[in-house]
Amino acid sequence: MDKHILLRDLDVPNIRELAVYQANDGYAAWRKALTAMKPEEVVAVVKDSGLRGRGGAGFPAGLKWSFIPKDIFPKYVVVNGDESEAGTFKDHQLLDNNPHQVIEGTALCAYAVQANTAYIYLRGEFLEPSRTLQRAIDDAYAAGLLGQNILGTGYNLDIHIHLGAGAYICGEETALLSSLEGQLGQPRLRPPFPAVQGLYAKPTVINNVETLANVPPIVLNGAQWYRQFGTEKSPGTKIFCVSGRVNRPGNYELPLGQYTIRELIDMAGGTIDNRPVKGILPAGSSAPILPASALDTKLDYESMQAAGSLLGSASFVILDDTVDIVWAARKMVRFFKHESCGKCTPCREGTHWAMKLYDKIVSGQGSLQDVEMLGEVANSMAGKCFCLLGEFATSPILSTLKHFRPEYEAWVSGAKTPAGASFHT
Amino acid sequence: MADLVNLTIDGRLVAVPKGTVIVDAAKKLGIDIPVFCYHPKLKPVGMCRMCLVEVGTPKVDPATKQVVKDEAGNVVIAWMPKLQTACTTTVSEGMSVRTNTRQVADAREDILEFLLTSHPLDCPICDKGGECPLQNLTMGYGPGVSRFDYDAKQHNDKHVPLGDLIFLDRERCIQCGRCVRFQDDVADDHVLQFHERGRHMEIITFSDPPFDSYFSGNTTDICPVGALTTADFRFKARPWELASAQSVCAHCPVGCNITLNTRLETRTGGYEIKRVMPRQNEQVNEIWMCDKGRFVHHFTRAEDRLKTPLMRDANGQLVEATWEDALSRVARELSAAASVAGVIGDRLPNEDAFLFARVFRDLLGAAVQQQAGLFVSPRVPAAYADIARDYGIGATADFKALGKGDVILLVNGDVEESAPVWFLRLRQAVVERGATLIVAHSRSTKMHRYASQILRYDAGQAAQWAEHVIRNTQHATPPLDLEQIKGARNLLIVFGDEKLNEAGARALARSLANLLILAGHAGKASSGLLPLYPHANTQGVCDMVGRAGPLPERVDVAWLVGVGDAEDVPQAAFVIAQDLFLTDLAARADVVLPALSFAERDGTFTSGDRRVQRFYRALPPLAQAKPDWWIIQEIARRLGAKWRYSGAEAIFGDLTAAVAGYAGLTYPVLSETVEQWPPMGRADLYYGGTVYDNTGGLGMRYPAGVEQTGFTPHVEWLPAPEPTVDALRRPVPALYRDGELIRRSHVLAGHLIAPGEIPVLAK
Ligand SMILES: Cc1cc2nc3c(=O)[nH]c(=O)nc-3n(C[C@H](O)[C@H](O)[C@H](O)COP(=O)(O)O)c2cc1C
Ligand code: SF4
Ligand code: SF4
Ligand code: SF4
Ligand code: FES
Repeated sequence: MDKHILLRDLDVPNIRELAVYQANDGYAAWRKALTAMKPEEVVAVVKDSGLRGRGGAGFPAGLKWSFIPKDIFPKYVVVNGDESEAGTFKDHQLLDNNPHQVIEGTALCAYAVQANTAYIYLRGEFLEPSRTLQRAIDDAYAAGLLGQNILGTGYNLDIHIHLGAGAYICGEETALLSSLEGQLGQPRLRPPFPAVQGLYAKPTVINNVETLANVPPIVLNGAQWYRQFGTEKSPGTKIFCVSGRVNRPGNYELPLGQYTIRELIDMAGGTIDNRPVKGILPAGSSAPILPASALDTKLDYESMQAAGSLLGSASFVILDDTVDIVWAARKMVRFFKHESCGKCTPCREGTHWAMKLYDKIVSGQGSLQDVEMLGEVANSMAGKCFCLLGEFATSPILSTLKHFRPEYEAWVSGAKTPAGASFHT
Repeated sequence: MADLVNLTIDGRLVAVPKGTVIVDAAKKLGIDIPVFCYHPKLKPVGMCRMCLVEVGTPKVDPATKQVVKDEAGNVVIAWMPKLQTACTTTVSEGMSVRTNTRQVADAREDILEFLLTSHPLDCPICDKGGECPLQNLTMGYGPGVSRFDYDAKQHNDKHVPLGDLIFLDRERCIQCGRCVRFQDDVADDHVLQFHERGRHMEIITFSDPPFDSYFSGNTTDICPVGALTTADFRFKARPWELASAQSVCAHCPVGCNITLNTRLETRTGGYEIKRVMPRQNEQVNEIWMCDKGRFVHHFTRAEDRLKTPLMRDANGQLVEATWEDALSRVARELSAAASVAGVIGDRLPNEDAFLFARVFRDLLGAAVQQQAGLFVSPRVPAAYADIARDYGIGATADFKALGKGDVILLVNGDVEESAPVWFLRLRQAVVERGATLIVAHSRSTKMHRYASQILRYDAGQAAQWAEHVIRNTQHATPPLDLEQIKGARNLLIVFGDEKLNEAGARALARSLANLLILAGHAGKASSGLLPLYPHANTQGVCDMVGRAGPLPERVDVAWLVGVGDAEDVPQAAFVIAQDLFLTDLAARADVVLPALSFAERDGTFTSGDRRVQRFYRALPPLAQAKPDWWIIQEIARRLGAKWRYSGAEAIFGDLTAAVAGYAGLTYPVLSETVEQWPPMGRADLYYGGTVYDNTGGLGMRYPAGVEQTGFTPHVEWLPAPEPTVDALRRPVPALYRDGELIRRSHVLAGHLIAPGEIPVLAK
């Protein structure tokens, strides 16, 4: 891959400006779709490309679009820019440095499903990116690329930005819809799925920012072109967010399935002081932690799953041997406890209970029974929660107990004490 | 009947209507799946996770699309990898469900253990203790011990007033959301909400005034724990100390089935009503009631209830008298009078009204020298009750069946203020089941929210408007779409008598009956008139008394039975008053006779939709007070009658023989029940909260005139007079309108609406 498909700001300076973007194929796909393609053809090319959702679940985007009923109006497109997963910062870079590609992808999606309104939901902390994005949207309107009768084709599209109020759960698609409607940000029962009854109970497509940023090059260059990158089941490129104990944390756009975790860490400058890797969080706090033995796992959806974890949002947090695993797990559980929306019993109560146990353990008051109990609480939660957040919350507990149990035992046997522990903050 | 779906639960086959959720299907087999957030009257949310079960569906071969069978020819079930919530999963053909496995039992134990980590377990001081779903389910399915460290429990505010009627204990709340969903989905008063998140998530009210709803008390019934309590019952008694009597609410034409819970009070030495709760009757109130019905009961044991007869002494003072003296005096005055007027209030039970009418038919006025007239108070509804009966909805009409294709026409009435639970039912018919609502009124009401067409006229012009649009449909502006009304499956006409006098109200009712006939709906079982009467037994009293002539200005003797402070009574030289209280009117009477309230006796009421329902005695008689029928009988006997009725039931026997429509009804018939669906009053309290079983009877609606043989519907236009000043001054209906009874409930004190005031619809 000689050029970036998504992080094009690394190849083209100032691509965030409309003129620069347009001078580099920007909105060419949009023109092509509006003037030469039927909506179904746009759906078809995205389907053929095999593009999978980049928000975490990896659901095929074209398939999702094809679920939208043709005869119900209005319909909506909602762009998920909540980007709240720990260690995830890819959408941020796209919105900041390549906003028009996100807008163009959104517009193509809207045209494909024949929606006339799109909402881009950004996490509340994205105040600056939201301004950049709004300027870009304004420029697109001024250039006749959005609004009424776009490019004289009679097609209308309005794009609005909405800022969230700081809740991880609002990245979950149905909670996001509730939040967008002005309701409490809690997930909704499915079915009905958003494609049938989404925003304001109307058919709605929800896609991640990165997912949609893939769409303009796909529409412009075709499915086959896109499939030259990545694997059969994981086509295309993906942005990997690398953070933690590495020398050059940041976003790395790579074809799926071509590199291993070890190579990714090398690209990020290796670990600080070349210390050995102890654990890998492949999807922030939401997927099981992997031990160092998984370093040669290929970076695609299938391989990560085979290794016992998930690719998710591809937010790789690297832990080296200076990191106390119990401390790290506690930090993640605290995050989930803080972010639990409270709707369902096991997540609301379980995260709270687990946190109490972690506090007891790291205060030096814990016993082996508390460690056992931690596992039992997580098992009591697992498989019973209303949404995935509660299930995610069991990951740091169960996976660290599985791979790093001696570290827990050190805490409760007195071998490790709060005073003796060196905590990274 | 809707399409049936077959499924197997714990190896047993059951067929249930399409769309049923697993919990309800299991209920049909008598299999209890524990639930907290689910409530069969509310939309499922799947929040509490208590109802997790194993679910499987027939395995289908992806290639052939055929159901896979094993060697024995049995369908192979593909079990879902995760447990599913039985409250949100709808049944499908061939589905298999397991509720009795280790995995399910473990899940229930887990969820209960989680719930109890936050719960204070202060059952010994909790109002719900003894009838608490959480308590029961913990005993049934919970872990033996909690492993959660007690000291780690979070402590929350335990006395949060959500308005002045309902209190919230934030520690006890298990975040099931039933209260929020009731307010949103059933009452349509969006005044409660969850606030904050995670373990901080709590119930708040955000309306001003707080918890602004006529239905707030229902949330305390369906709350599965003791988190919501009423200002009335809070800390007043333990459920197991209560005696209960099946009754019927006496405060509006709906006739909600209720339970009166009473307890012997050491403080007063007498029984008192401690709480009023709905009793399930799917035909009437389902499991709901309004806050007036729930909290108004305090008048039954008000300090100033009349306890003995009173008579005027030589100085003109009302002083205590014996029954014998008072009754003889009354009989003497009645015999000697040249003119007598009897006025009976429309809250009186049927039996009492029937006897009163017989006195006037058989005894008074029978003598040549005597003029006697019998009247119902208030007079306006009495002017059209016969039309409402003749063209009323059919005996088998069911609110639940109203829906798509039906038209509901609401004219000149305020459903929520006059008949709150009908508001819930009609709203559901429109919002949930797609009935078309057309509203015609001179002002806005809450029902207007759901109207697909709103028609207006000036205050007091309802009768003119109705005649105009129905007779001259083409020329009326805005027009009433007669074709739409003709094409409807059924036409339900709900109407009130706001700002009308007797002639106006009668003309309106007649025009609406004409519309039924002209649109081809008269006589259909589910079509007809539904009057918004002012009180609980307007229809029944009018059925007993019949239509009256004009009220005389002056008579020798006026005999007032339960009229309160009515204005429509004649001047009289001698006044007899039977009442609960020494009202201003009674204070001017010459003989005052203390009557028993509905809670202290038995009898029947006829609701606004002509359902005759029994109520049973809940309290012992107060002091020397007597049932009105007894008083009437004793007076009649002194006028020469040979009556020896031993009680209301005996009177009812003669009543049904004499009054058109009531034939065939008996107390045993009215006491019959059939299983209510969804079943909610059984021992398994978790399902419907603490709502009581209906063992006292579902009552029976008697046939409308059009359903009776020999009745011919006919169109007749009555002159609609211009509204009089008096009519225009009539206060509009208000649930909490100040009156003799509501005034005596300290619980509702903050809600009273003064005579000139109009209730605000601020929600
Ligand atoms: C707890 C939780 C948090 C999530 N947060 C995000 C998020 O921040 N951004 C995102 O794009 N998707 C997030 N998702 C995934 C969305 O629910 C949804 O799958 C996604 O927006 C679909 O878009 P995609 O198909 O393009 O990935 C989250 C899911 C869960 C369960
Ligand atoms: S698992 Fe339950 S409490 Fe946790 S975020 Fe999802 S719905 Fe909310
Ligand atoms: S107050 Fe009662 S009904 Fe409301 S959420 Fe809490 S437990 Fe449920
Ligand atoms: S709706 Fe009417 S009958 Fe029912 S409780 Fe209220 S006042 Fe009583
Ligand atoms: S989740 Fe089914 S009853 Fe609460």
